[in-house]
Amino acid sequence: MTFSGFKVVKEALTGHKGWRPLWRDPDPKPAYDIVIVGGGGHGLATAFYLAHTFGELKVAVLEKGWLGSGNIGRNTTIIRSNYLLPGNEPFYEFSMKLWENLEQETNFNSMVSQRGIINLIHTDGQRDAYRRRGNAMLLAGADARLLGRDELRQMVPFLNYDNPRFPIKGGLMQSRAGTARHDGVVWGYARGADQRGVDIIQNCEVTGFRIEGGAVQGVETSRGYIGAKKVGVAVAGNSSRVMSMAGMRLPIESHVLQAFVSEGLKPTIPGVITFGAGHFYVSQSDKGGLVFGGDIDGYNSYAQRGNLPVVEDVIEGGMALMPMIGRARLLRAWGGVMDMSMDGSPIIDRTDIDGLYFNGGWCYGGFKATPASGYAFAHLLATDRPHETATAYRFDRFARGHVIDEKGVGAQPNLH
Amino acid sequence: MLIPHPLLGLRDAQEFTYLGDASLMQRPDPTRDDAEEAFADYVFLRDNPAGVHRELWFHEAGDRSWLVVTRDTTTHEILGAELASDVKPGGAQ
Repeated sequence: MTFSGFKVVKEALTGHKGWRPLWRDPDPKPAYDIVIVGGGGHGLATAFYLAHTFGELKVAVLEKGWLGSGNIGRNTTIIRSNYLLPGNEPFYEFSMKLWENLEQETNFNSMVSQRGIINLIHTDGQRDAYRRRGNAMLLAGADARLLGRDELRQMVPFLNYDNPRFPIKGGLMQSRAGTARHDGVVWGYARGADQRGVDIIQNCEVTGFRIEGGAVQGVETSRGYIGAKKVGVAVAGNSSRVMSMAGMRLPIESHVLQAFVSEGLKPTIPGVITFGAGHFYVSQSDKGGLVFGGDIDGYNSYAQRGNLPVVEDVIEGGMALMPMIGRARLLRAWGGVMDMSMDGSPIIDRTDIDGLYFNGGWCYGGFKATPASGYAFAHLLATDRPHETATAYRFDRFARGHVIDEKGVGAQPNLH
Repeated sequence: MLIPHPLLGLRDAQEFTYLGDASLMQRPDPTRDDAEEAFADYVFLRDNPAGVHRELWFHEAGDRSWLVVTRDTTTHEILGAELASDVKPGGAQ
């Protein structure tokens, strides 16, 4: 089944009886060439690019629950590539380019909307930092533009420009950034992978690895043993838990990050706005809800729910930035479990166990990375070499002192 | 969350600063031959369990004591709290 304008019109005229499920529901086979653990955005994107780009056909994705039940369904849907460091910026710009072509490649409407992102500037020092960041983005082939206060005021007049503590002095704009529909991303990748022969196996929890002579043979699951030549783990949020079954300790702590959505409003906020000084970011969904969030709760958690003090902190940030937000009613809040790595940057690498590969440590930046993470991980699984944009995301960077510390807060994950 | 401080009773977790795994009190011996490797593991690697976790909380807005709090990371239930100086007399090495 291919989606097209013609198909939509035909179904509309014939009672919508021709739509079919987007992917099969197969039983696990005894063995595969490559098994991906984790049916989230990154796992499904990996499977899609393995089948689509690298010609790997005997691939399975194992998901302990249902597709979209993890962090891909619990984020704020922002896509952007406004990073600074050489280890990061080319990777996220690669991701941005994949986003721009995602819907054509998967033949699925993932509602990629390049409505722009603005990072607000409050001090002269911050302006210098953002000018430098903008230049780094331009050098990596991304787009960036410094906005003055007057231009910014015309674009987003509703901000509190004269906040005594954080007066707004301008912004750094990336016009190609924006949002995508998170569920549409899961469904598009799942459908695309399935159409190319990948078995997506839901309700199949990995309970252990079978490792013989330092090489992985397969995985034990709640639906029996599944053999595999290679196993790729992409279970961000639960990385430590899963990799501990293979006897590994990771430079990762799990923390919860909350996000919020208001009642539906008329179009109010044109793009994404971030308030780094108070740590608050906001966009408006296609349904009209204001989607916003702030800091992580700051202590280890696997609970997928947060606590009230951070709700208060985030709302205070929102009220300081745009007092009008106080007129909107809060509809719901949710928490996702973040793999907080020790330098705030991800890991895509082989492990010391032959045939076992790892992708995780995305902190709270995993959604925007979904396409490039999948592509780079598929590249590593298929060729045993890191993708050119992901060469810095190695395990040994911590011990070697080559950390990619984008926020400059070092080895304390609750500060990232 | 309310933390049962052994001296002060139930206190709001907002009065505390979180440091992480209580095993951070066991600092490696810097004179050992493998000290470099041991310190890289100490600084960067974590057990990060889903379930019962012993962790360090600093009562920054209170009596400035360090506590070892036992907490379930899947439910946020707090199972107990002790003074770090009782857990490890003489302080962290």
